Amino acid sequence: MKNLYRSILTFISVLALVFSFGTANAKVEGDTIVLGAAVSLTGKYSTNGEHTKNGYNLAVDRINSMGGVKVGGKSYKFKIIYYDDESNSKRAAQLAERLIKQDGVKYMLGPYSSGLTKAIAPVTEENKIPMVEANGASRSLFTKGYKYLFAVLSPANQYLEVAIDLAVEKNGGKPVRIAQAFEQDAFSQDVRLGVLDAAKRTGSKIIIDDKLPKELNDMAATLAKVKAVKPDVLVVSGHSKGALTAIRQISEMKVDVPMLAMTHCDASKLAKQHGAKSEFALCASQWHKTLTYKDKFFGDGIKYDKDFTKAYGYAPPYQAAESSAALLVFKDAFERANSFDTKKVRDALAKTKMQTFYGNIKFGSGGQNTAKPMVLFQVMCKSGKCENVVVAPTKWAAAELIHPIPPWSKR
Amino acid sequence: MDFLVFQVPALTAQAILDGILLGILFALIAYGMALQWGVMNIINIAQGELVIMGGYIAYFMYMSGIHPAWGIFVSPIIMFFVGVFIYKLVINKVVDRDMFISILATFGISILMMQLMNFGFGSDVVVAQSDFGTTMLFNNSVTLPNSKIFSAVVSIVCAVLLTIYMKKSKLGRAIRATAQNARAAKILGVDTEKVYASTFGINAALCGVAGALVAITFTLHPYVGLPYTVRSFMIVIVAGLGNLPGVAMSGMGLGVFEEFADYLLGTEFRIATVFFLLVLILVYRRFKLAKTREYLK
Repeated sequence: MKNLYRSILTFISVLALVFSFGTANAKVEGDTIVLGAAVSLTGKYSTNGEHTKNGYNLAVDRINSMGGVKVGGKSYKFKIIYYDDESNSKRAAQLAERLIKQDGVKYMLGPYSSGLTKAIAPVTEENKIPMVEANGASRSLFTKGYKYLFAVLSPANQYLEVAIDLAVEKNGGKPVRIAQAFEQDAFSQDVRLGVLDAAKRTGSKIIIDDKLPKELNDMAATLAKVKAVKPDVLVVSGHSKGALTAIRQISEMKVDVPMLAMTHCDASKLAKQHGAKSEFALCASQWHKTLTYKDKFFGDGIKYDKDFTKAYGYAPPYQAAESSAALLVFKDAFERANSFDTKKVRDALAKTKMQTFYGNIKFGSGGQNTAKPMVLFQVMCKSGKCENVVVAPTKWAAAELIHPIPPWSKR
Repeated sequence: MDFLVFQVPALTAQAILDGILLGILFALIAYGMALQWGVMNIINIAQGELVIMGGYIAYFMYMSGIHPAWGIFVSPIIMFFVGVFIYKLVINKVVDRDMFISILATFGISILMMQLMNFGFGSDVVVAQSDFGTTMLFNNSVTLPNSKIFSAVVSIVCAVLLTIYMKKSKLGRAIRATAQNARAAKILGVDTEKVYASTFGINAALCGVAGALVAITFTLHPYVGLPYTVRSFMIVIVAGLGNLPGVAMSGMGLGVFEEFADYLLGTEFRIATVFFLLVLILVYRRFKLAKTREYLK
């Protein structure tokens, strides 16, 4: 009896060993390169998680159909293993462990949001797994000295710096008075740091500096203060909820400011939901379809927009575009490394210097993309139809910035 | 500390009016919670989710071309049945049990409702446009969105109607009798099961009205319900159970207090201050209770 028990145990251990070896080699199966991603398919980030997944999938299909990835003279195809992180950072970290330890994934794609990327990055770093992420912009991701983290997007602190520069420029180069309201989360606070830097650099003064609690969906007090002190520029960042609340209450309280700069206008479908009330709002964006960057897989932004819309039935927000760009970066790195060794792929990623339809990509020492500026667009309405039009940087401006914003009494 | 609010009289007026308007809406939600708490001894953690679901009904009316303000009629009717359904499904099994069990049960319902709303409506933040315009006071220095005024008026009307209903109607009397002594009411022929179901339904209907008002004054999102639960809980705690005029007063009081905390200490301390006040009130209550002579019943 004891012998039988022992032999069963041995059999199971051998089986386990065989399986563990089997999965450990799963980085490349036959002619397939397996990438892993934990993406929010349920929970509060599910909409943006969906954009991220669609962006990844579109790029995988495109790269695979255009000859795949060439390594060592052989052509490989991409495949992604997805898990749903439920918009929960603990779950995201667990899933990253599972992808690496159980599924044997050797190359990771990022999740949606800074918070979840922050949860996953220590795991990939510890296991020395290169991760190209497209949706974590928080500055703190790039100051930790991570060696295996690469972000195709501009860091959060750059979001609204451009707006302050623009306000100063419109003020004849003289410093401006800034009122700002930022939600108390990692991303928005990073955007705030960027604005503080810009204010310091230009000698501008911050006269209102409100931090909005996450639970709050009322900005009336902040806006009443803005009405009283009349700043030159009002800056707001608080994800979609912040953008929608701000426009609703600015229009209801008839708050007149010469310039209003925000984030998340496209994610919240601001122009569609608020229509003419959102007119003249300046919005920071990672990407816009009218930018003239090019690559051979997607052509340019306009073409990407068309292809994405055809595949998924809606126009791609920048979250989808940057996710697609992450795959292009991986493909480029694999081909330059000409190897599947994670260290070599990592080194190749670090030396990336390329142009994609999404923008130029070159990684700084912290892993952030240093080659791509943010763009600012302004909501402009023509006979009831509102659109986002790029106004800065001037290189891509499709229209001139309307400044100052006309007062509510004349709108 | 920033004393701007006292230096500019218009700001003081704005803060008080904003606080009152905000408070009245929250008081309506708290009113439902107090009713249910008093009658069934259940603290409903899913209160905020019921509000948001009511809001989505108004939002869908808005999306199909109907003015969202009509939601104040449609939403409570649908939500009443949702409430009765939830009662039949879960609450009737926990209604006589320990309060902790009812908290757990309603907490479960709140998570379920969040996920269902996320599944059904998506996780985008949405708004319904009422286009009610703005009322300007004191030479345009104080602005009050008409949607907020509308919300306050509707909330007051609802509360008054409900109070009258509770006093005059047969069901209202039955509800009050059950709240006083469920066992005695049962012996005297009150169908307490029906009373409980209707109470939960009425609470859900009130949340439905409040939801429609939230849809036109604030924003909707499947996960934004919790602040409404917490706020109404706080209002009920401050007012004390079975004190309906107190609910209205404490709703407005907390609203104004919150606005001033925002101006004086900064927005980041706004919610923290309200919680601090809650702790103070609870400690004070405990202190007062401890002073009264204790005896065995």
